[in-house]
Amino acid sequence: MRSLAELKKNERGIINGFKDDSLSVKLIEMGCLPGTEVSVELIAPFGDPIAIGVSGYCLSLRKDEAGCIMIED
Amino acid sequence: MAKADRIKIALVGNPNSGKTTLFNLLTGLNQKTGNFPGVTVDKKSGFSKLPDGTTAEIIDLPGTYSIYPKTLDEQIVQDILLDPEHSQYPDKVIVVTDASNLKRNLLLFTQIRDLGIPLVLVLNMMDVAQLKKLNIDLRGLSIDLGVKIIPTNSHSGDGIAALKEALTQPLVKSKKPFYDIYDLAPKTIDAIKTEFDLTENYRAYQYAQQSVRLNFLNDKEKEIIAKIKSENGFYDVPTQSQETLGRYQFISDIVDRNVKNSRDPLKKSVSQKIDRVVTHPVFGYLIFFTVLMLIFQAIFAWAEGPMNLIEGSIAEFSGWVKDILPEGILSDLLTDGVLAGLAGVLVFIPQIAILFAFIALLEESGYMSRAVFLMDKLMRKVGLNGKSVVPLISGMACAIPAIMATRNIESWKDRLITIFVTPFMSCSARLPVYAILIGLVVPEQQVLGVFNLQGLVLQALYLLGFLAAIGSAYVMKLILKTGQKSYFIMELPGYKIPSWKNIGLTIYDKSKTFVLEAGKIIIAISIVLWVLASYGFNDNFRNAEENVRQKVGVNASQEEYEVALSSYKLEHSVAGSFGKIIEPAIRPLGYDWKIGIALITSFAAREVFVGTMSTIYSIGASDDDEVTIRERLREEKNPETGGAMYTPAVAFSLMVFYAFAMQCMSTLAIVYRETKGWKWPIIQTVYMTAVAYISAFITYNIFS
Repeated sequence: MRSLAELKKNERGIINGFKDDSLSVKLIEMGCLPGTEVSVELIAPFGDPIAIGVSGYCLSLRKDEAGCIMIED
Repeated sequence: MAKADRIKIALVGNPNSGKTTLFNLLTGLNQKTGNFPGVTVDKKSGFSKLPDGTTAEIIDLPGTYSIYPKTLDEQIVQDILLDPEHSQYPDKVIVVTDASNLKRNLLLFTQIRDLGIPLVLVLNMMDVAQLKKLNIDLRGLSIDLGVKIIPTNSHSGDGIAALKEALTQPLVKSKKPFYDIYDLAPKTIDAIKTEFDLTENYRAYQYAQQSVRLNFLNDKEKEIIAKIKSENGFYDVPTQSQETLGRYQFISDIVDRNVKNSRDPLKKSVSQKIDRVVTHPVFGYLIFFTVLMLIFQAIFAWAEGPMNLIEGSIAEFSGWVKDILPEGILSDLLTDGVLAGLAGVLVFIPQIAILFAFIALLEESGYMSRAVFLMDKLMRKVGLNGKSVVPLISGMACAIPAIMATRNIESWKDRLITIFVTPFMSCSARLPVYAILIGLVVPEQQVLGVFNLQGLVLQALYLLGFLAAIGSAYVMKLILKTGQKSYFIMELPGYKIPSWKNIGLTIYDKSKTFVLEAGKIIIAISIVLWVLASYGFNDNFRNAEENVRQKVGVNASQEEYEVALSSYKLEHSVAGSFGKIIEPAIRPLGYDWKIGIALITSFAAREVFVGTMSTIYSIGASDDDEVTIRERLREEKNPETGGAMYTPAVAFSLMVFYAFAMQCMSTLAIVYRETKGWKWPIIQTVYMTAVAYISAFITYNIFS
């Protein structure tokens, strides 16, 4: 299974679950819900952080954090 | 109307929901900034006249995404809303949401609704929702959420009248919670409800979730809660996940039912298009540095006129005071002490105002979060965080608001490092010191046809401060160990056309705070310095007239005698003795005892330097402008060499010293408050002073 960090720019995916419990609470609060579609909107120069479109808005997070979000194949 | 009769209304909402704009619309200029009792979070409150003739106190609580706080500022929201005994506990709550982004914004609403506080829901930014082609069924939404809804557009002010009207009506508390928490932890909730005599399940549940953080519970109560939790197998994180997911499930259904999106999802929005450029590997940094350059240019170019005007007016006023008051101690104290000090404060207003205007503009428009996004990777390399960009830029105005801005950084280590290095950024208080010394030793000439040499030296000093900040951060990163992981989850809000009213209010508010806070210290120091420099207790001072008479001889004119007398008196005054005491320590840097006095007084605040210099060089406050001080400094002779005292070596050494040294009591006080102890302010002072001393020593030896 891939993580959000492996998605390329403009690629879409559906959130499947999280690898890290305490981080997942924060991500869920910010609207990263399992079953929700995400798309990679921006990648900062030097490849990190990234910005994703989720639940109707734009959220930026680091590669490490994106790595905790699992994407359905 | 008596104060106690005023109802308290709290504004709560997500960051970027236009909450502050709404607050400004409700209260106008009728607002004040204070502190919440017991904590150092800025409390913005104001009064609003309601249609029924009553006045309500409106409290603007810090923006937060949920009732679970992640930063220190967010903590206050929970402290107030969970504690009905709190002095700021509101009678009613206005939950402000971004109508164009309802799903995420409603999470906080449902949590506050379940606490059982009467509330009204504001759907703000209706214009943005329209642009996004969202059709919102307000009636349906209101029924499904069980709350009165007021649509507003804080840009045009639409809906404010309806909101004020709604606030005069009794708001019903809904009996049934939006999300029934009970099933998640029935035993824990029951036990806490009985123990603390609570009615709402969600309140009891919040006690269980957040007992460690709740300041109003004492240790014994926290212990009881911990016991109840362990007896019933209550685990914070998984339960919170379940709660949030459960809430979102309801919210999603309701939003999907009542909000129809008629826009092509593949079409890029304007914000997305701007983002492609602003975060571009080349254009992104180009834009960022252009913005910084623009701010610099504006601070120096635009502020000059108003600054001259302020200086001129105070000098005139001071002359007028001297004329009408009889000559004597009172007149001297007022003009040389108080007014000279006051001039040192007021003259900064234009620069502070321009800088804060730019910072507010960057925040309001949404650009600041892009700068944070762009710089995070680079900042992390040196132990900082993308969010450190905001304090570092603000630090060019003043370290005090800058250090307070670090509260948005969640990771304690990142935050501490940012607090530690921010005072290295050249603040506006260093500017007059640089200005006077550069004017003294750097010729006014063009370099490469376009650049002004004096301007370049000034920019080099700012760069020096920035490099010191980055270098120190890197060192701190290597020294500080922490198990806590730093994270970075941040909304990139859509771009907005800034509200000029908000920016105007920010400028007004920050300038006022600066004048009041810095003014107090500077005026106090000026008066103390004036006293110390005017009186002495040793025999030399007492017999000054006789000694000077002997020294200058009988042929000297009255004027020569008086100049000699005042400098002799200064040398033997209390301040002079202090200067002499530290002279051996600062001699290697090229300084004499007169500069020593300025260094001592500058410890309170750097901007005192110019005032001290003018007092020391016995210039009357009536012609207290920089040019005269500069001329006096230029004429000052070094008694040992007979040449000019202020050689380039001495001037550069002084500039480097001021660039690095911690010379600001207000900064120390704020670092003490923010780090909750004397450890870090002391380490910071010792470190910065050591860096300043060593660098000034090296500079002096290179140039001499």
